[in-house]
Amino acid sequence: MLPLLVAAMAFLAALALAGAFSAAALGRHWQQGAAAALTVQVPQPEAPAGQNAKRVDAVLAILDTTPGIASARALTTAELEDVLRPWLGNGAAPLSLPLPAVLEVHLAQSAPDLAALADRLQQAAPGTLVESHGQWVERLAVLVRSVQACALLALAMVAAVAAAVIAIGTRAGLAARRDAIEVVHGLGATDRYIAGRFARRAMRLALAGGVLGALAAVPVLLALARLAAPFLQTVAPPPLDAGLEAWAAWARTGPAAFWEGLPALPVAAGAIGWLTAHATVRRWLRRLP
Amino acid sequence: MIRLDDVGLHYGRAGHAGPEVLRGLSFVVPEGGFRWLLGPSGAGKTSLLRLLSLAARPSHGRLMVFGTDIGRVRRGELPELRRRIGMVFQDFRLLPHLSAYENVALPLRLAGRPERRIRTDVIEMLRWVGLGEALDARPAELSGGEQQRVAIARAVIARPSLLLADEPTGNLDDAQAQRLMRLIKEMNRLGATVVVATHNERLVERHPAPALRLERGRLVSNG
Repeated sequence: MLPLLVAAMAFLAALALAGAFSAAALGRHWQQGAAAALTVQVPQPEAPAGQNAKRVDAVLAILDTTPGIASARALTTAELEDVLRPWLGNGAAPLSLPLPAVLEVHLAQSAPDLAALADRLQQAAPGTLVESHGQWVERLAVLVRSVQACALLALAMVAAVAAAVIAIGTRAGLAARRDAIEVVHGLGATDRYIAGRFARRAMRLALAGGVLGALAAVPVLLALARLAAPFLQTVAPPPLDAGLEAWAAWARTGPAAFWEGLPALPVAAGAIGWLTAHATVRRWLRRLP
Repeated sequence: MIRLDDVGLHYGRAGHAGPEVLRGLSFVVPEGGFRWLLGPSGAGKTSLLRLLSLAARPSHGRLMVFGTDIGRVRRGELPELRRRIGMVFQDFRLLPHLSAYENVALPLRLAGRPERRIRTDVIEMLRWVGLGEALDARPAELSGGEQQRVAIARAVIARPSLLLADEPTGNLDDAQAQRLMRLIKEMNRLGATVVVATHNERLVERHPAPALRLERGRLVSNG
């Protein structure tokens, strides 16, 4: 019975662990994308602006010479249509809307002073909008941290429940073997000897349960990762009926730390089993002289 | 070896004193001594043996065993003292899920003896008590007399300095009882201190020795 309960705990722990790692990975992924980017919108891009032929070119010129900007590029019409498709369908071009030029700007390590940049761009081409994604990055970071905190809380609770289950099981074992324990105690066995025997058994059962639970979690996690893949724009997952090797290879493209950390679950389960049983038995033995 | 000064024992939790089963016991058993422990049923013989085997601490008075004040010593030091005591219980107290061999080997295992030595000693001991063929038998498969012999073997296998026995000849026939007394006296001769509780007056007559007589928890005669 105990191994099954521990297996259930280990399964939940694996899910919680995966949640924590995934949140971190997602956060990093989005941050890398969002933090280092600006969107600059230039309305009436084709209109003339001072010396340069077009307003959009004036803006690009400033961006190219501003330190802290790694690259600046205008989205093509096709790309713009892609962005607007969710709202306007395929009719952006036929609608002949006066679309602004949307510039994708990537920042270097040392970001420029955005307020000053916005001013200069305004002077070159009035009406230019500079939108930093920093605000969203902030909110994202908070979200990721919250999810991680929840996952860690879940992990802690799972460990606590596993310990409680083991303690209850150990106490039941003690009650059932009370007479034999009293005899062995009377023969001069130390508390540590008696506790050690119970603890070793609990450790083996918990280890087995941990292995079972972790293994059971693997297909579930792979399935979830498969569902999330499109949103993460990671390597495409193999089809459902692909062989074990294809899945293993794909799994390795995920957060390595998680897959390396998974074997730690059965080990942790075994350790919790040993420690809890040992402590429970020693406490129980104190009632004997 | 054993010294009691006004020792009393009562069962019950702290705060609620149960009936006092022993009171005002004072006597000395020197090292290498042999004492019969006599008295009617309910006199407290088993309780006194419990105290002497360190299965209980005295409620009051001072109990010295192996020169150690049992009432004062730290709990963690008791197991080592217990391993120097061999006790034969009236109800044997064998572990039912272990074979005769495993039961007798237990004290040696607790003392950390090497496995090969254990094997030699246990087999020899079981042969001596006439159970050489029953090494792997569980207690449930043995008769009362056979179980008692296993219990005796377990009590003496580690060459204890203090040997206590509670009605050790109860289930034995005359020949076996004689053999047991020879073993006990041999151990006594080799230096073990021995206290044997018994109802068997004939045994006491056959092997005269100083006797502690209990009645209703008190010591009524010594010598």
